Amino acid sequence: MKTQQEETDFEVRSLDTMCLNESNLSHPWWYNFKYLAVGIVFGVVFVKAEIISWFRIQEMFRLQSFHMYGVIGTAVVVGAISVFLIKKLKIKTIHGEEITFTDKKFNKGQIYGGLIFGLGWAVTGACPGPLFAQLGTGVLAIGIVILSSIAGTWVYGKFRDQLPH
Amino acid sequence: MLETITQPWPWYTAGIIIGLIVPTLLILGNKHFGISANLRHMCAACFPSDIPFFKYDWKKESWNLFFIAGIFIGGFITAHYLGSDAPIVIHPELKTELATYGITDLSGMVPVQLFELHDVFTLRGFIMMVGGGFLVGFGTRWAGGCTSGHAIMGLSDLQWPSLVATICFMIGGFVMANLILPFILSL
Repeated sequence: MKTQQEETDFEVRSLDTMCLNESNLSHPWWYNFKYLAVGIVFGVVFVKAEIISWFRIQEMFRLQSFHMYGVIGTAVVVGAISVFLIKKLKIKTIHGEEITFTDKKFNKGQIYGGLIFGLGWAVTGACPGPLFAQLGTGVLAIGIVILSSIAGTWVYGKFRDQLPH
Repeated sequence: MLETITQPWPWYTAGIIIGLIVPTLLILGNKHFGISANLRHMCAACFPSDIPFFKYDWKKESWNLFFIAGIFIGGFITAHYLGSDAPIVIHPELKTELATYGITDLSGMVPVQLFELHDVFTLRGFIMMVGGGFLVGFGTRWAGGCTSGHAIMGLSDLQWPSLVATICFMIGGFVMANLILPFILSL
Protein backbone atom coordinates (compact mmCIF):
# COMPACT_ATOMS: atom_id res chain seq x y z
CA MET A 1 0.00 0.00 0.00
CA LYS A 2 1.44 3.29 -1.07
CA THR A 3 1.21 6.26 1.20
CA GLN A 4 -0.50 9.44 0.10
CA GLN A 5 2.82 11.20 -0.11
CA GLU A 6 4.23 8.59 -2.46
CA GLU A 7 1.23 8.71 -4.76
CA THR A 8 1.33 12.48 -5.00
CA ASP A 9 5.01 12.21 -5.66
CA PHE A 10 4.45 9.79 -8.51
CA GLU A 11 1.77 11.99 -10.03
CA VAL A 12 3.86 15.12 -9.77
CA ARG A 13 6.85 13.39 -11.23
CA SER A 14 4.91 11.80 -14.05
CA LEU A 15 4.11 15.32 -15.30
CA ASP A 16 7.76 15.70 -15.96
CA THR A 17 9.99 14.06 -18.42
CA MET A 18 11.96 12.35 -15.80
CA CYS A 19 12.39 8.74 -15.16
CA LEU A 20 9.63 7.19 -13.12
CA ASN A 21 12.05 4.99 -11.38
CA GLU A 22 9.78 2.58 -9.60
CA SER A 23 12.39 -0.11 -9.83
CA ASN A 24 12.49 -2.42 -6.85
CA LEU A 25 16.04 -3.42 -7.51
CA SER A 26 18.52 -1.48 -5.51
CA HIS A 27 21.88 -1.05 -7.06
CA PRO A 28 25.08 0.17 -5.50
CA TRP A 29 25.59 3.87 -6.21
CA TRP A 30 28.55 3.25 -8.50
CA TYR A 31 26.23 1.56 -11.00
CA ASN A 32 25.44 5.14 -11.97
CA PHE A 33 28.82 5.36 -13.67
CA LYS A 34 27.28 3.68 -16.72
CA TYR A 35 25.15 6.80 -17.14
CA LEU A 36 28.25 8.94 -16.72
CA ALA A 37 29.81 7.01 -19.62
CA VAL A 38 26.74 7.60 -21.83
CA GLY A 39 26.86 11.26 -20.84
CA ILE A 40 30.49 11.53 -21.94
CA VAL A 41 29.60 10.19 -25.40
CA PHE A 42 26.71 12.67 -25.56
CA GLY A 43 29.00 15.53 -24.52
CA VAL A 44 31.58 14.65 -27.17
CA VAL A 45 28.89 14.56 -29.89
CA PHE A 46 27.50 17.88 -28.67
CA VAL A 47 30.82 19.59 -29.26
CA LYS A 48 32.00 17.68 -32.33
CA ALA A 49 28.77 18.25 -34.24
CA GLU A 50 28.63 21.90 -33.12
CA ILE A 51 25.22 21.34 -31.51
CA ILE A 52 26.31 23.49 -28.59
CA SER A 53 27.30 26.31 -30.93
CA TRP A 54 25.41 29.54 -30.31
CA PHE A 55 25.94 30.30 -34.01
CA ARG A 56 24.29 27.05 -35.20
CA ILE A 57 21.24 27.77 -33.03
CA GLN A 58 20.97 31.26 -34.54
CA GLU A 59 21.13 29.71 -38.03
CA MET A 60 18.42 27.23 -37.09
CA PHE A 61 16.01 29.95 -35.97
CA ARG A 62 16.75 31.99 -39.10
CA LEU A 63 16.31 28.99 -41.42
CA GLN A 64 19.85 29.53 -42.66
CA SER A 65 21.09 26.01 -42.06
CA PHE A 66 19.70 22.50 -42.18
CA HIS A 67 22.26 21.23 -39.65
CA MET A 68 20.21 21.33 -36.41
CA TYR A 69 17.05 20.11 -38.15
CA GLY A 70 19.08 17.21 -39.51
CA VAL A 71 20.48 16.35 -36.08
CA ILE A 72 17.16 16.49 -34.23
CA GLY A 73 15.22 14.87 -37.10
CA THR A 74 17.63 11.94 -37.38
CA ALA A 75 17.71 11.51 -33.60
CA VAL A 76 13.90 11.33 -33.46
CA VAL A 77 13.73 8.77 -36.29
CA VAL A 78 16.41 6.57 -34.70
CA GLY A 79 14.80 7.02 -31.26
CA ALA A 80 11.32 6.18 -32.57
CA ILE A 81 12.50 3.01 -34.32
CA SER A 82 14.32 1.97 -31.13
CA VAL A 83 11.30 2.58 -28.90
CA PHE A 84 9.08 0.71 -31.38
CA LEU A 85 11.44 -2.29 -31.34
CA ILE A 86 11.76 -2.26 -27.55
CA LYS A 87 7.96 -2.33 -27.21
CA LYS A 88 7.43 -4.84 -29.99
CA LEU A 89 10.11 -7.30 -28.88
CA LYS A 90 9.47 -6.63 -25.18
CA ILE A 91 13.17 -6.03 -24.66
CA LYS A 92 14.19 -5.94 -21.01
CA THR A 93 16.92 -3.98 -19.26
CA ILE A 94 20.33 -5.54 -18.70
CA HIS A 95 19.13 -6.29 -15.17
CA GLY A 96 16.13 -8.19 -16.54
CA GLU A 97 13.58 -5.54 -15.63
CA GLU A 98 10.70 -4.54 -17.84
CA ILE A 99 11.12 -1.28 -19.77
CA THR A 100 8.14 0.94 -19.09
CA PHE A 101 6.63 3.97 -20.80
CA THR A 102 4.23 6.51 -19.35
CA ASP A 103 1.93 8.54 -21.57
CA LYS A 104 2.41 12.26 -21.19
CA LYS A 105 -0.71 14.18 -20.30
CA PHE A 106 -1.40 17.40 -22.10
CA ASN A 107 -1.47 20.55 -20.02
CA LYS A 108 -1.29 24.23 -20.89
CA GLY A 109 2.22 24.38 -19.47
CA GLN A 110 3.49 22.69 -22.60
CA ILE A 111 2.30 25.75 -24.54
CA TYR A 112 3.21 28.61 -22.15
CA GLY A 113 6.33 26.97 -20.80
CA GLY A 114 7.32 25.81 -24.27
CA LEU A 115 7.11 29.34 -25.66
CA ILE A 116 9.12 30.72 -22.73
CA PHE A 117 11.79 28.06 -23.09
CA GLY A 118 11.96 28.80 -26.84
CA LEU A 119 12.66 32.47 -26.09
CA GLY A 120 15.45 31.50 -23.71
CA TRP A 121 16.87 28.90 -26.11
CA ALA A 122 17.40 31.49 -28.85
CA VAL A 123 19.05 33.98 -26.46
CA THR A 124 21.47 31.62 -24.74
CA GLY A 125 21.92 29.47 -27.83
CA ALA A 126 21.61 26.41 -25.68
CA CYS A 127 19.07 24.12 -24.15
CA PRO A 128 19.88 22.54 -20.77
CA GLY A 129 22.07 19.69 -22.10
CA PRO A 130 24.40 21.85 -24.19
CA LEU A 131 24.82 24.27 -21.27
CA PHE A 132 26.73 21.61 -19.33
CA ALA A 133 28.86 20.75 -22.37
CA GLN A 134 29.63 24.45 -22.96
CA LEU A 135 30.73 24.78 -19.36
CA GLY A 136 32.88 21.70 -19.88
CA THR A 137 34.63 23.29 -22.84
CA GLY A 138 35.71 26.02 -20.45
CA VAL A 139 33.31 28.91 -21.04
CA LEU A 140 32.99 30.06 -17.44
CA ALA A 141 30.25 32.61 -18.15
CA ILE A 142 27.91 29.70 -18.90
CA GLY A 143 28.07 28.98 -15.16
CA ILE A 144 26.00 32.15 -14.69
CA VAL A 145 23.45 30.91 -17.26
CA ILE A 146 23.19 27.55 -15.47
CA LEU A 147 22.76 29.16 -12.04
CA SER A 148 20.08 31.42 -13.47
CA SER A 149 18.29 28.44 -15.04
CA ILE A 150 18.29 26.70 -11.66
CA ALA A 151 16.81 29.90 -10.19
CA GLY A 152 14.16 29.89 -12.94
CA THR A 153 13.23 26.31 -12.10
CA TRP A 154 13.02 27.23 -8.41
CA VAL A 155 10.74 30.21 -9.10
CA TYR A 156 8.52 27.95 -11.21
CA GLY A 157 8.31 25.49 -8.30
CA LYS A 158 7.48 28.32 -5.90
CA PHE A 159 4.61 29.72 -7.99
CA ARG A 160 3.51 26.47 -9.61
CA ASP A 161 0.04 26.51 -8.02
CA GLN A 162 -0.73 29.98 -9.35
CA LEU A 163 0.22 29.13 -12.93
CA PRO A 164 -2.24 27.67 -15.45
CA HIS A 165 -1.72 23.99 -16.23
CA MET B 1 41.38 8.32 -38.53
CA LEU B 2 42.40 11.01 -36.07
CA GLU B 3 41.60 13.61 -38.69
CA THR B 4 38.06 12.25 -39.02
CA ILE B 5 37.65 12.66 -35.29
CA THR B 6 39.06 16.16 -35.08
CA GLN B 7 36.97 17.51 -37.99
CA PRO B 8 33.44 18.72 -37.17
CA TRP B 9 30.98 15.85 -37.49
CA PRO B 10 28.04 15.89 -39.94
CA TRP B 11 24.44 16.07 -38.75
CA TYR B 12 23.62 12.45 -39.57
CA THR B 13 26.46 11.08 -37.43
CA ALA B 14 25.34 13.23 -34.51
CA GLY B 15 21.65 12.45 -35.07
CA ILE B 16 22.21 8.69 -35.13
CA ILE B 17 24.35 8.70 -31.97
CA ILE B 18 21.92 10.94 -30.07
CA GLY B 19 19.00 8.81 -31.26
CA LEU B 20 20.78 5.69 -29.97
CA ILE B 21 21.13 7.26 -26.52
CA VAL B 22 17.36 6.76 -26.14
CA PRO B 23 17.44 2.92 -26.25
CA THR B 24 20.81 2.81 -24.47
CA LEU B 25 19.39 4.51 -21.38
CA LEU B 26 16.24 2.40 -21.52
CA ILE B 27 18.20 -0.84 -21.76
CA LEU B 28 20.78 0.14 -19.16
CA GLY B 29 18.15 0.69 -16.51
CA ASN B 30 14.74 1.82 -17.80
CA LYS B 31 15.83 5.45 -17.78
CA HIS B 32 14.04 7.99 -19.93
CA PHE B 33 16.24 10.45 -21.77
CA GLY B 34 15.89 13.92 -20.27
CA ILE B 35 18.12 16.71 -19.07
CA SER B 36 16.12 19.61 -17.67
CA ALA B 37 14.81 17.59 -14.72
CA ASN B 38 18.34 17.90 -13.34
CA LEU B 39 17.69 21.57 -12.64
CA ARG B 40 14.80 20.46 -10.48
CA HIS B 41 16.93 17.83 -8.74
CA MET B 42 19.46 20.54 -7.93
CA CYS B 43 16.72 22.67 -6.39
CA ALA B 44 15.43 19.66 -4.47
CA ALA B 45 18.93 18.83 -3.25
CA CYS B 46 20.11 22.34 -2.38
CA PHE B 47 17.14 24.63 -1.69
CA PRO B 48 13.90 22.65 -1.29
CA SER B 49 12.59 25.52 0.91
CA ASP B 50 9.53 23.48 1.92
CA ILE B 51 8.10 23.84 -1.61
CA PRO B 52 6.04 20.71 -2.41
CA PHE B 53 7.42 20.59 -5.97
CA PHE B 54 10.90 20.05 -4.56
CA LYS B 55 9.98 17.63 -1.80
CA TYR B 56 10.73 14.28 -3.36
CA ASP B 57 13.49 11.75 -3.16
CA TRP B 58 15.92 13.31 -5.62
CA LYS B 59 18.53 10.69 -4.78
CA LYS B 60 16.36 8.20 -6.65
CA GLU B 61 17.08 10.22 -9.77
CA SER B 62 20.80 10.56 -9.17
CA TRP B 63 21.54 8.67 -12.42
CA ASN B 64 20.45 11.86 -14.20
CA LEU B 65 23.06 13.92 -12.35
CA PHE B 66 25.75 11.40 -13.33
CA PHE B 67 24.52 11.73 -16.91
CA ILE B 68 25.02 15.52 -17.01
CA ALA B 69 28.34 15.18 -15.21
CA GLY B 70 29.29 12.97 -18.16
CA ILE B 71 28.16 15.67 -20.61
CA PHE B 72 30.40 18.15 -18.79
CA ILE B 73 33.39 15.76 -18.98
CA GLY B 74 32.65 15.01 -22.64
CA GLY B 75 32.74 18.74 -23.38
CA PHE B 76 36.04 19.07 -21.53
CA ILE B 77 37.68 16.11 -23.31
CA THR B 78 36.57 17.27 -26.74
CA ALA B 79 37.71 20.85 -26.23
CA HIS B 80 41.13 19.76 -25.01
CA TYR B 81 41.95 16.65 -27.00
CA LEU B 82 39.58 16.16 -29.94
CA GLY B 83 38.97 19.66 -31.14
CA SER B 84 39.84 21.53 -34.27
CA ASP B 85 40.82 25.15 -33.82
CA ALA B 86 39.29 26.27 -37.09
CA PRO B 87 36.63 28.97 -36.63
CA ILE B 88 33.10 27.90 -37.39
CA VAL B 89 31.77 28.46 -40.91
CA ILE B 90 28.42 30.21 -40.69
CA HIS B 91 25.85 31.47 -43.17
CA PRO B 92 27.09 34.72 -44.80
CA GLU B 93 23.88 36.59 -43.93
CA LEU B 94 24.26 35.69 -40.26
CA LYS B 95 27.90 36.74 -40.39
CA THR B 96 26.94 40.14 -41.81
CA GLU B 97 24.12 40.57 -39.32
CA LEU B 98 26.29 39.70 -36.31
CA ALA B 99 29.03 42.05 -37.51
CA THR B 100 26.58 44.96 -37.24
CA TYR B 101 26.37 44.20 -33.50
CA GLY B 102 30.14 43.98 -33.23
CA ILE B 103 30.23 40.20 -33.05
CA THR B 104 33.07 39.29 -35.38
CA ASP B 105 34.95 36.63 -33.43
CA LEU B 106 33.64 33.26 -34.60
CA SER B 107 36.10 31.13 -32.69
CA GLY B 108 34.69 28.94 -29.98
CA MET B 109 31.23 27.48 -29.48
CA VAL B 110 29.80 30.59 -27.88
CA PRO B 111 30.69 34.11 -29.03
CA VAL B 112 33.44 35.39 -26.75
CA GLN B 113 32.21 38.93 -27.43
CA LEU B 114 28.91 38.10 -25.70
CA PHE B 115 29.70 35.50 -23.07
CA GLU B 116 32.60 36.65 -20.94
CA LEU B 117 32.22 36.73 -17.17
CA HIS B 118 32.51 40.51 -16.98
CA ASP B 119 29.77 40.95 -19.63
CA VAL B 120 27.22 40.13 -16.94
CA PHE B 121 27.75 43.70 -15.65
CA THR B 122 26.53 45.16 -18.95
CA LEU B 123 22.82 45.41 -19.75
CA ARG B 124 23.19 43.22 -22.85
CA GLY B 125 25.21 40.58 -21.04
CA PHE B 126 22.86 40.55 -18.05
CA ILE B 127 19.79 40.06 -20.24
CA MET B 128 21.45 37.32 -22.26
CA MET B 129 23.02 35.31 -19.43
CA VAL B 130 20.81 35.90 -16.41
CA GLY B 131 17.59 36.59 -18.33
CA GLY B 132 18.15 33.86 -20.91
CA GLY B 133 19.07 31.28 -18.30
CA PHE B 134 16.02 32.14 -16.23
CA LEU B 135 13.71 31.68 -19.23
CA VAL B 136 15.32 28.31 -19.98
CA GLY B 137 14.90 27.04 -16.41
CA PHE B 138 11.41 28.44 -15.86
CA GLY B 139 10.13 27.46 -19.31
CA THR B 140 11.44 23.91 -19.43
CA ARG B 141 9.98 23.07 -16.05
CA TRP B 142 6.59 24.60 -16.88
CA ALA B 143 6.62 22.70 -20.17
CA GLY B 144 7.67 19.53 -18.32
CA GLY B 145 10.81 18.99 -20.37
CA CYS B 146 13.29 20.38 -22.84
CA THR B 147 14.63 19.41 -26.23
CA SER B 148 15.79 16.03 -24.98
CA GLY B 149 12.75 15.09 -22.90
CA HIS B 150 10.08 16.36 -25.27
CA ALA B 151 11.56 16.76 -28.75
CA ILE B 152 13.65 13.58 -28.73
CA MET B 153 12.31 11.20 -26.05
CA GLY B 154 8.68 12.36 -26.24
CA LEU B 155 8.49 12.34 -30.03
CA SER B 156 10.28 8.97 -30.17
CA ASP B 157 7.49 7.60 -27.99
CA LEU B 158 4.90 9.34 -30.25
CA GLN B 159 3.52 11.50 -27.44
CA TRP B 160 1.41 14.28 -28.95
CA PRO B 161 1.81 16.64 -25.95
CA SER B 162 5.53 16.53 -26.68
CA LEU B 163 4.82 17.58 -30.26
CA VAL B 164 2.83 20.56 -28.93
CA ALA B 165 5.74 21.45 -26.65
CA THR B 166 8.31 21.08 -29.45
CA ILE B 167 6.29 23.32 -31.78
CA CYS B 168 6.06 25.94 -29.01
CA PHE B 169 9.85 25.72 -28.41
CA MET B 170 10.37 26.50 -32.08
CA ILE B 171 7.82 29.36 -32.16
CA GLY B 172 9.47 30.92 -29.10
CA GLY B 173 12.89 30.54 -30.69
CA PHE B 174 11.84 32.07 -34.01
CA VAL B 175 10.22 35.04 -32.27
CA MET B 176 13.27 35.66 -30.12
CA ALA B 177 15.93 35.21 -32.81
CA ASN B 178 14.17 37.30 -35.46
CA LEU B 179 12.13 39.89 -33.56
CA ILE B 180 13.56 40.43 -30.09
CA LEU B 181 17.23 39.42 -30.16
CA PRO B 182 18.21 42.15 -32.68
CA PHE B 183 17.19 44.75 -30.06
CA ILE B 184 19.06 42.97 -27.27
CA LEU B 185 22.20 42.57 -29.39
CA SER B 186 22.21 46.24 -30.33
CA LEU B 187 22.13 47.34 -26.67
